[in-house]
Amino acid sequence: MAEDLAVSTLIIDGRDVAAEGGRTILEAAREHGIDIPTLCFLDGLSAVGACRLCLVAIEGAPRLVPACTTRIAEGMVVTTSSPRLAAYRRRIVEFLFSERNHVCAVCVVNGHCDLQALATRLGLTHVEVPYRWPTVPVDASHERFLLDHNRCVLCTRCVRVCDEIEGAHTWDVRGRGIEARVITDLDTPWGHSTTCTGCGKCVQVCPTGALAHKGRAPGEMVKARDFLPYLRRMREHGT
Amino acid sequence: MREDRHRPVPPTPDAIWERIDAVMRRHAYSSHALIETLHVAQEAFGYLDKATLAWVAGSLRVPLSRAYGVATFYHLFRTEPPGRQLCVVCMGTACWLKGAGEVMRGIAQTLGVHDGETTSDGQVSLLSAHCVGQCGMAPLVVLDGEVVGPTSAPTVVARIAARRAGPSPAEEAG
Amino acid sequence: MTPAQLAQLAAAERSAAAAVRHEVAVCTGGSCGSAGAAAVVEALAREAGAVGGGGNIRVKGVGCLGLCRQQRGGPPERVGVLVRVAPENHLYADITAEDAPRLVRSLGRAPLLERLVDTGQAFFTRQRRIVLETCGRVDPARIEDYIAAGGYAALLKALERPPTEVIAEVTRSGLRGRGGAGYPTGLKWSTVAKARGSEKYVVCNADEGDPGAFMDRTVLEGDPHRVLEGMAIAAWAVGARHGYIYCRAEYPQAIARLRTAIRQAEGHGLLGPAIADTPFGFRVEVRVGAGAFVCGEETALLASIEGGRGTPRPRPPYPAEHGLFGKPTLINNVETFANIPAIVREGGAWLAAIGTDKSKGTKVFSLAGHVVNTGVIEVPMGITLREIVFEIGGGIPNGRQCKAVQTGGPSGGCIPASHLDTPVDYESLVGLGSIMGSGGMIVMDDSTSMVEVARFFMGFSMKESCGKCVPCRVGTVHMHELLSRIAGGRGTARDLALLEELCDMVRQTSLCGLGMAAPSPVLSTLRWFRDEYEARLLAAAEG
Repeated sequence: MAEDLAVSTLIIDGRDVAAEGGRTILEAAREHGIDIPTLCFLDGLSAVGACRLCLVAIEGAPRLVPACTTRIAEGMVVTTSSPRLAAYRRRIVEFLFSERNHVCAVCVVNGHCDLQALATRLGLTHVEVPYRWPTVPVDASHERFLLDHNRCVLCTRCVRVCDEIEGAHTWDVRGRGIEARVITDLDTPWGHSTTCTGCGKCVQVCPTGALAHKGRAPGEMVKARDFLPYLRRMREHGT
Repeated sequence: MREDRHRPVPPTPDAIWERIDAVMRRHAYSSHALIETLHVAQEAFGYLDKATLAWVAGSLRVPLSRAYGVATFYHLFRTEPPGRQLCVVCMGTACWLKGAGEVMRGIAQTLGVHDGETTSDGQVSLLSAHCVGQCGMAPLVVLDGEVVGPTSAPTVVARIAARRAGPSPAEEAG
Repeated sequence: MTPAQLAQLAAAERSAAAAVRHEVAVCTGGSCGSAGAAAVVEALAREAGAVGGGGNIRVKGVGCLGLCRQQRGGPPERVGVLVRVAPENHLYADITAEDAPRLVRSLGRAPLLERLVDTGQAFFTRQRRIVLETCGRVDPARIEDYIAAGGYAALLKALERPPTEVIAEVTRSGLRGRGGAGYPTGLKWSTVAKARGSEKYVVCNADEGDPGAFMDRTVLEGDPHRVLEGMAIAAWAVGARHGYIYCRAEYPQAIARLRTAIRQAEGHGLLGPAIADTPFGFRVEVRVGAGAFVCGEETALLASIEGGRGTPRPRPPYPAEHGLFGKPTLINNVETFANIPAIVREGGAWLAAIGTDKSKGTKVFSLAGHVVNTGVIEVPMGITLREIVFEIGGGIPNGRQCKAVQTGGPSGGCIPASHLDTPVDYESLVGLGSIMGSGGMIVMDDSTSMVEVARFFMGFSMKESCGKCVPCRVGTVHMHELLSRIAGGRGTARDLALLEELCDMVRQTSLCGLGMAAPSPVLSTLRWFRDEYEARLLAAAEG
């Protein structure tokens, strides 16, 4: 629509920025080199505002809002970083480390992990909340891929990429709350799924070592995600 | 109405599937009918097994994993067979204030199960409900659909034992 | 069905009722229903026939008469059913089927004194029944009864005025969402009415998940037509043609009554494709929940109607613009809709004259816990908590003292006994660290451990968390663990400090109201009963 293409001017972290109307705060910020931390967000997939890492403050608004789902508005005054936001972000990552069993030393994505990178970037040096050490399974039934629930952060990128890009919707989430887990089909072992096409997109978009290629040693798995914005561009502009 | 040439065949030739199909048909096999359909399916079979879920998912053209995600999200849906008797202890605020915690503990201890489990002989399932909205009867237990309250663990355990000794609800229903 | 025909039907029903000498109304509300109301109705009808009363005695089931239980102390009394007899206006309690013969024989003679309930007591006289004006008077299974009491006249009246005028009336009334948020109803209706698109929906939130709240249940089971009428007026006002009532599965009787009521209303042309022979059509369907407290949240509720997991969505966009199936949707609570027929009938200014400056009208509460009178009440906004607990509620049983009054369920807080003179209105309750909530009001006596109360509510929020967002999914688990440690005397001062930090973080960063409000009971009990937390820390230090 005409209004969406109009340019909006707003202030982010004290800087005047101009961005296309209809853009999210995250997009507008990134266009101007302001990188807000994210985890569940991945360019090319729908945004769900679930991890809460990208929460920013808007002047005059009573609550913090997720930058990945909130559209910019003319005259908006946004603060993307502050001691308070930094503290909240560290807590979120702390929660994730305490929730499941994240042992970097033996993990395939050690050194190439979004969760690790976040911890480093946010200056998280120790986890104060008690570790839960839950007993969760590993699914090695697939010929080429491994599902390790110990490393999952429930970002649902796998669910979204399989639904929105591949179209198979093999993945979804079972249960709720702290008992929630990603599953394939009817909680079928991945290798016995009747819907999985074996495309491996979920493995690539997974931020941690929860989904990985088999046969990799610790630190050997590097994810490749360029296919995602590429596919989206091709599909948007394709005939 | 969607074409039915891709609609899956029911898992068994039992006429009971027709009842479930009727609900889906009433909603024009729309994916929105999933929860309504699962309610009817669970009423028919007592729980939702994988064959049932697969058939409903296929009929409504809902992905398998989405159907499973829905079936396991909601507290009232069961993917395991229930015990012959269903004992639901209300853990709402008023019931809790009036001792529902002890009622639950007493029943759990006697039966040897935790909240959410079924006894190993398959006789009794113990569950908690988050308020059934009859606080005048607090603390209460719903035994096979019948509200019993105000009550105590010994009373409930006695009723369960009496039921166990007698004919099963299915036999009673004839 | 034209207004004239409706009036005619009402008149016919009323004169038929007047021709009967005695009306015996049996309460079939929640607790009475479980105590054997159906058997009592049957027994009374049989007795009435047996004494040759046939045409002179009419036995009917009615919705909740309000006083579910009256208990001053001692062991639980015999549980029975409430029965009201007209024209004498006697109210009997604890009636069982065995009492039927002598009750029938007492009609027109001396009442059954030992079962008589004093209807002059505060529980009855201090109420202001608007939402519940027909509940307890009409047989919820008979639309004719509702029509005889004036039902559906408001709908026909609304259809004669332009939608904008109806919205203006609602705005004038000052009605605020009764589900707990207190959002101005007229404004919400106006937003949906102005939203672009010809396909709109009206949704009734009948998920009533707060433990200890049973107000909506009372209205749904006792007066389903009132809710339908309110929804139909709303549909006319915002331009919707389809509606859904999302009712929790734990209320099977409400679901059955609603479905019957919809069929009856359609049969009379008061719902359906051409209401009252006008071009306006509105069809309503009941959708059943499946046990998820989070589905009381608007966007989760919509996701559930759409057949999915009940996970909330970020807002904006709000349901008013982008709701059910992506269309503009009006969502209101049962009690909000049940206010509408009276507003249309009497005018908005009439409701605005009741209540306080910012909280107009009345509120239905379900009173339970350590209180003599357990039941459903409707009181004008601005009444004090003291009046509710001690006069209407009859005070505290077992000779104990009142310690706190809890409102707002797992999203609310505890008002200490020292603040019982607080008027009940949206702002005052928030000021004290609680919220109005949907209407659950739990009285707690001095035997209650407030740390245990906080832990109880956190356990509830933890189990009901949908799991989508990190702060709520993991935060509630950690907060519950900390509360368990403190309650069990194993907590340190650092634990308490951490608990408070997590409360702030979860409140500020959660995706939806469940997570945002999960810390409220903790914060509220810390504010008013901090000494109880600290006493447990000392115990840990010594032990």
